[in-house]
Amino acid sequence: MADIPERPPVMRGHPGTREISGRIASIVLKGQMPRFFWLAFLAAFLLVLVLFTTVAWLITQGVGTYGINIPVAWGTMLSNFVWWVGIGHAGTLISAVLLLFRQDWRASVNRFAEAMTLFAVAMAALFPILHLGRPWFFYWLLPLPNTHMHWPQWRSPLVWDFAAIATYGTVSLLFWYIGLVPDLAVLRDRAKNRAAQLFYGILALGWRGSAFHWARFDAVYYLLAVLATPLVVSVHSIVSLDFTYGMAPGYHSTIFPPYFVAGALYSGFAMVLTIAIPLRRLFRVEDLITKRHIDNGAKIMIAAGLIVAYGYAAEFFFAWYSGNPAERMMAWQRLVGPYAPFFWVMLACNVGVLQLLWFRRVRLWMPALFVISLLINLGMWLERYVIVVTGPSTGFLPAAWGTQSLQWVDFGVFFGTLGAFFALMFLFLRILPAITIFEVGELADERREA
Amino acid sequence: MSATGELWRSLEERADDPALRRWIDAEFPALAEGLAGAVDRRQAMKLMGAALGLSGMAGLARADEIVPWVKQPEMTVPGVPRHYATVLPSEGYGIGAVVQCHEGRPTKVEGNPDHPSSLGASDAVMQAACLELFDPERLRAPERGGRPVGWAEVARAMVAWRDRLGEAGGAGAALLVGPETSPTLRRQIAGLKRLYPALRVYRHAPLRTPGPLALPDFSRATVAVSLDSDVLGEGPGRLAHARASADARRVRAPGDGMLRLHALETTPTLTGAKADHRAALRVSLVPLAERALLAALDGAAPDANLPASVRRWVTRAADDLRAAGQGGLVLGSPAAQARVGGPVRYIEAPDAMEVDGDLADLCEAIRDGTTHALLSLAFDPIGTAPAGLDAGEAFGALDTLWHHAAHRDATARMAHWLLPAAHPFEAWSDARGHDGTAAIAQPLIHPLFASRSAHQLLAELAGDVTHPKAPVRATWGDLDDRAWLEAVQRGTVEDTAFAAIEPPRPAPPAATTPEGFDLSLLPDPWLREGRHAQSAMLQELPRPLTKIVWGNALQIAPGDAERLGVETGDIVQVTADKIQLDAPVWVMPGQPAGSLTLTLGHGRAGPVSGFARGVDGFALMRTGRRHLTGMTLSPTGRRAPVLTTQHHHAMEGRAPVRRATLAAFTDDPRAPHAHHPPPPEESLYPDWDYPRESWGMSIDLTACIGCMACVSACAAENNTPSVGPEECERGHEMHWLRVDRYYDGPPEAPETLFQPVPCMHCEKAPCEPVCPVNATVHTHDGLNAQIYNRCIGTRYCSQNCPYKVRRFNFRSYNDFDVPDLGQNAKNPDVSMRQRGVMEKCTYCVQRISAARIAAEVDGSEEIAEGAVVTACQQACPTQAITFGDLNEPDAAVRAEKDSPLNYGLLEELNTRPRTTYLAALCNPAEGGDG
Repeated sequence: MADIPERPPVMRGHPGTREISGRIASIVLKGQMPRFFWLAFLAAFLLVLVLFTTVAWLITQGVGTYGINIPVAWGTMLSNFVWWVGIGHAGTLISAVLLLFRQDWRASVNRFAEAMTLFAVAMAALFPILHLGRPWFFYWLLPLPNTHMHWPQWRSPLVWDFAAIATYGTVSLLFWYIGLVPDLAVLRDRAKNRAAQLFYGILALGWRGSAFHWARFDAVYYLLAVLATPLVVSVHSIVSLDFTYGMAPGYHSTIFPPYFVAGALYSGFAMVLTIAIPLRRLFRVEDLITKRHIDNGAKIMIAAGLIVAYGYAAEFFFAWYSGNPAERMMAWQRLVGPYAPFFWVMLACNVGVLQLLWFRRVRLWMPALFVISLLINLGMWLERYVIVVTGPSTGFLPAAWGTQSLQWVDFGVFFGTLGAFFALMFLFLRILPAITIFEVGELADERREA
Repeated sequence: MSATGELWRSLEERADDPALRRWIDAEFPALAEGLAGAVDRRQAMKLMGAALGLSGMAGLARADEIVPWVKQPEMTVPGVPRHYATVLPSEGYGIGAVVQCHEGRPTKVEGNPDHPSSLGASDAVMQAACLELFDPERLRAPERGGRPVGWAEVARAMVAWRDRLGEAGGAGAALLVGPETSPTLRRQIAGLKRLYPALRVYRHAPLRTPGPLALPDFSRATVAVSLDSDVLGEGPGRLAHARASADARRVRAPGDGMLRLHALETTPTLTGAKADHRAALRVSLVPLAERALLAALDGAAPDANLPASVRRWVTRAADDLRAAGQGGLVLGSPAAQARVGGPVRYIEAPDAMEVDGDLADLCEAIRDGTTHALLSLAFDPIGTAPAGLDAGEAFGALDTLWHHAAHRDATARMAHWLLPAAHPFEAWSDARGHDGTAAIAQPLIHPLFASRSAHQLLAELAGDVTHPKAPVRATWGDLDDRAWLEAVQRGTVEDTAFAAIEPPRPAPPAATTPEGFDLSLLPDPWLREGRHAQSAMLQELPRPLTKIVWGNALQIAPGDAERLGVETGDIVQVTADKIQLDAPVWVMPGQPAGSLTLTLGHGRAGPVSGFARGVDGFALMRTGRRHLTGMTLSPTGRRAPVLTTQHHHAMEGRAPVRRATLAAFTDDPRAPHAHHPPPPEESLYPDWDYPRESWGMSIDLTACIGCMACVSACAAENNTPSVGPEECERGHEMHWLRVDRYYDGPPEAPETLFQPVPCMHCEKAPCEPVCPVNATVHTHDGLNAQIYNRCIGTRYCSQNCPYKVRRFNFRSYNDFDVPDLGQNAKNPDVSMRQRGVMEKCTYCVQRISAARIAAEVDGSEEIAEGAVVTACQQACPTQAITFGDLNEPDAAVRAEKDSPLNYGLLEELNTRPRTTYLAALCNPAEGGDG
């Protein structure tokens, strides 16, 4: 801790492009993953089995197996959904927004952040389907011409939601894949066996690295970045409309879109740090993912976290200022009601713990930052749960008040998707370069020239 | 062959062997009579011819082949239900019913408007009758010592018993009956007594209150005072009294008069909830209060030993009674009524019966050896025996126990002969209503199982076995066939109401000194003494005041709970005379201090063990006493969940129930709506257009007594499933209609308010725009319809419903693949809902459709006013619910909505509900404080 430089560099040392390509590619191509990697993958895979089991139970027995009831008919399936979508936000922000703003520090973290986005969105997309009473009819939300005269109701935010998530997922996937193409070509060229050459060769789409290719690449990549940037704002804004559009106390509030977007970035960066901190240490890439990246991520968390804290304050202020007894009671119930423990832990994590990040020493002390990022992930999950359940649990008619409880299916599905998410991340680390070879190479070149 | 010689068919017959005669009695009762006399030539020829014919049929099996319905029985149209009048027993009294049958299956019970105890209304228990009929757990065949046997074997044994009885003149045998008003049963018992003079008849009626029956006339009363008499919620005349008192309290415009109701009660009841002045007093001080009331009527000050609140209540009630003169009613105190002389008449209780004693006397007779054979027609005497009687041990000493029961109850385990009882819908019978009016119960379906009615058993015991109808028809022999048919068709027998008797003038009972806690053991509102404990529908129907489902709890006053440091769900040990019972407590607002209440009928093992929830209050009962004193309580530190469907009981200043006093309303008709801003009128969406009907509902909160008949009727009509205790605990109950109960004021003496909440069918329904698949839509006649087939279960509609009236099939509550007897009770006009779809109140759209079809068949453009009656409206004893077409200027519902009392629940949200309420009025005395 003593030798903290004033401002950690984006890259340590002066590695050459060839060296960088070799180091990053060899992680994938040699395939000799350390023992901990397989152990962790095994753990994640066991959770995937838990996911399968729980989902099978959920689908065969009905959504009554998890905590929901009347009046609180939405539960963890929706809070998990919002949480996972939120986590997906950091990837797009890092890839697209920072690219457009020419933030050079994004280069070594954007790839896995994008992968994280993709997998998080995939996990998120499971939940609205599992949430349904009859999940096998989820496609009725699509505007498909069909014989049963079914057409989506365009006034429903759930239809908007469906479109927003589908768009976001598609653009994220394209963006990620386009960015991968030059690196896939590197892997193709460096691969020693025929299978790997074929595998990466096909995926590389005939990339030869000509100036022509690079010109096209830059055009497409920047275009996609421009397309993806509004999505950072739109997706979570639309998700938040599910609540804003509703009339339950605690739902019906215009603060939600900005507050949800900030919350998404907040949790997204927390998840980036949760992954980056062990990744850089275990794969010995501290010189590529430096403390500068970590530091910048923590600073974004401070900014996003403060907006979120402002959102909390605004919710309470407007509950009071509205003069609406139902809103006031709901706000009060958040503080002292049956879900108060969730609320206070959420507040402690999202607002309390966050304040430690004002200190540079904390930002650069990896174990502390890792724990803080985990706590913020927890806090953000609780935030979503509190938003989903407290409003309807203390609605307009006191006689219809009620609470839902968490059942094993709630936990099974949530931890199952965590397992699936990490299992996919591990597969990604094993199969694809987790750090962008060409961008880090460019960066190294620029630095050498400077 | 000599001219005078006998013909004989066998050597035994020639010898006239008594064994053969008994055998013929048992196997061919119809032949037995013919054998008595000599056989003439004509008969001999007939018998020979018959023998020849029958011998050819020996090879035929019983007709199992199915026959297509090629020739439809006359007057039967598939899909069009038929209605039959009958009568349902309620603690032995009859309440008239009209039962709807679909293709021969009874599916729905309504009250019989011609029956004085129903007046068209029904109660929750009546609504459960169809499901009880199709209960798969009912006994299906007679059993001998646990082994299934045929009725033929029972008949043989009964003939043998009859022989022994005949020889001994009935000595050693006893008959145990329950509470009964049936004239046929009485006639049969009298007949048996003539046959077997020494036969003893005992009665076991743990819930019965002895004495003549008071029939108050609310229409001529201005003040009613109830002295621990739950006239609205209990007793055979409850539905009629609820109707009459609601009529006397109906106010639509300023200037209308209103009956004032004072209630003193020992446990919170529906009557106390509706009272304008209510006081709570522990049971052991009630005699003191009655004496105080008598004294106060003469102008004396009430006894200083009474709590101040009760003294105030007594003074005010007495003042009101004096002012009311001949318009004063005193319920529950004949002495005070006699002093006032108001509009009440007394009749001999229709269930009064000359018997040799009660269950305790019977046990005594068994123990001293005078009784060794018993035919029990009463409901589960061992399971409902008071503690300390040890009826089980006594019954074990019997040589023969015949037990007539619908279910395998506690007594069934000891019975030598277990005889399945027919459901009231399967048998001929009769019963008297609360005013003595007799009604004939006709069978609506052939017995599903090998079961028989009590009348059939007694007929068999008397040796006159004929058609099941015969005993009942014989009772009403005075009626010619035409009059009989009319009586069966109408559901009542003309001019059978009891004549008034001289009012009783009992002295007020001596006061008992209270010690420890008082305990009242009261029947569960639905399960009664346990008679209906096998009904999942009733187990799951929230109790009117506590909203407890699937179980019971020991009600305790809030102050006492605080003193003992217990709260709802804590298990306490109740001790009385060395008998102990562990029970979870329920802190009950309005429960008098020092008083405990426990409902009976719970915690008793039956065929479905899951139904034996709660605690068995009979463990604390003493012979003939349902009110005990001297109980002690000690917390055990353990907890047990008490399931309830309502978790919050205060209105939180939002006043979903608007109310005012009559005086305030008379001064200012807008009084109930003070502090409620007028609803907003602007909306983003255009208004709907209703060229034809536009349905609406109005619910009168002054009239609503919270009896839950509507909820039960809704469940029966709309096939809403029972989900079981585990699902209820998680808030998955499925009632489309609920009755919210709010308390206002201090927990010791709260005001209790009821509010039935069905779907509001909002004009600007919040549920409609949020459904992504258009599964909830507005119809051409204003309904907010739910399309089950479209629903994919996002539950957004429920999240956005401010009334929380939507119900979701969280699990598979209707298993379509498993054949289930209970499916026969389903209404075929209402679709069943599968797992994962939302459902809710439809305003009984199937009834609207039926009325529309009927109107169109008649060539009418419009559905006539009154042609659509919703299930809840039809069941309501106080006619609190009005339904009709708002486009019809003369519709009753229009008039209700034009009342200044009318308001929409949460109308400030701009939902524009079609279901609206009439604010609750109360009529306290000037300067009153509660």
